[in-house]
Amino acid sequence: MTNGIFGLHGKKVLITGASSGLGKAIAIECAKQGAEVILVGRDIDRLNATLSLCEGSNNWTIQQDLTDLNGLSQFVQNLPMLDGAVFCAGIIKRNPIKFINPSTLQNIFDINVFSIVELTRLLVKLKKINNDASLVMISSVGSDHASLGNISYMASKGAINSFIRGLAFELAKNQVRVNAVLPGMIKTNLTKGISDEDLKFEIERYPLGRFGQPEEVAYACIYLLSDASKWVTGTKLVIDGGLTLR
Amino acid sequence: MKEQFIEKFKEVVEVESVELTLETNFRELEEWDSLAGLSIIAMIDEEYDVVLEGSEFKNQNTIGDLINAIQSKIDGKA
Repeated sequence: MTNGIFGLHGKKVLITGASSGLGKAIAIECAKQGAEVILVGRDIDRLNATLSLCEGSNNWTIQQDLTDLNGLSQFVQNLPMLDGAVFCAGIIKRNPIKFINPSTLQNIFDINVFSIVELTRLLVKLKKINNDASLVMISSVGSDHASLGNISYMASKGAINSFIRGLAFELAKNQVRVNAVLPGMIKTNLTKGISDEDLKFEIERYPLGRFGQPEEVAYACIYLLSDASKWVTGTKLVIDGGLTLR
Repeated sequence: MKEQFIEKFKEVVEVESVELTLETNFRELEEWDSLAGLSIIAMIDEEYDVVLEGSEFKNQNTIGDLINAIQSKIDGKA
């Protein structure tokens, strides 16, 4: 456990999407740095599996579908005061423009945008965010860096990139910081629909020669949650192995 | 379903060069590219409520393969 400037000792951190992928890795790594993590997701068994990998005894899980906007108020009321939150829950769906319709777009935006805005609104309104807290949204370099068929996902992450800027400005008066992390391709379940051949082609676009590891995104979140980044707000931290250099 | 699928396929991939049959290897079509691949996966999802994973799709080469894959997924749901 680290108690240095990058440590999270004594900080209560809410992590959404903690049952798998990035959220799971972020939960585990934050707990290693001393955070008390509150893991949120839809699948309680997988959440508990993540919990069992988190160091410390003050961590817990809450089963919650974040797209059930009517249930969110009760969920937020039951939360303790938070020193940080990492919004990881998200989905990807590749649809060329001819196959994007209000319903497919709604599905993506429900989780990638609406649930995040509504959860944030309730956290602020119900005063669950301590002064000096840090909010971290997982966006994507895909918000601005096109890949085929990815339009809806790109648009949803673009919305988040703008959202954190406005939110950072508004919450600054309470010394609450809001930042985004923009990963390149990380090997998680979201990438499992892509064929090995396409993945190999993709890797060649990364100057550092590989995809990222979930932990490498977690380290960025730790920095943004920690006191080391106390004067950092509204930033979009790119973690992409050099993908967007060109 | 066969005729309907072939019509949808032609419309999505904008095939004009040849007539399509169950035996047509769609990967060899002049009009075939990655966007066509994504479009076919999206069309199958939209029209038949069947999700083909990329790993499954790459093993399919003919129109007949696709129809069989859709049918077996529909049967699996029943």
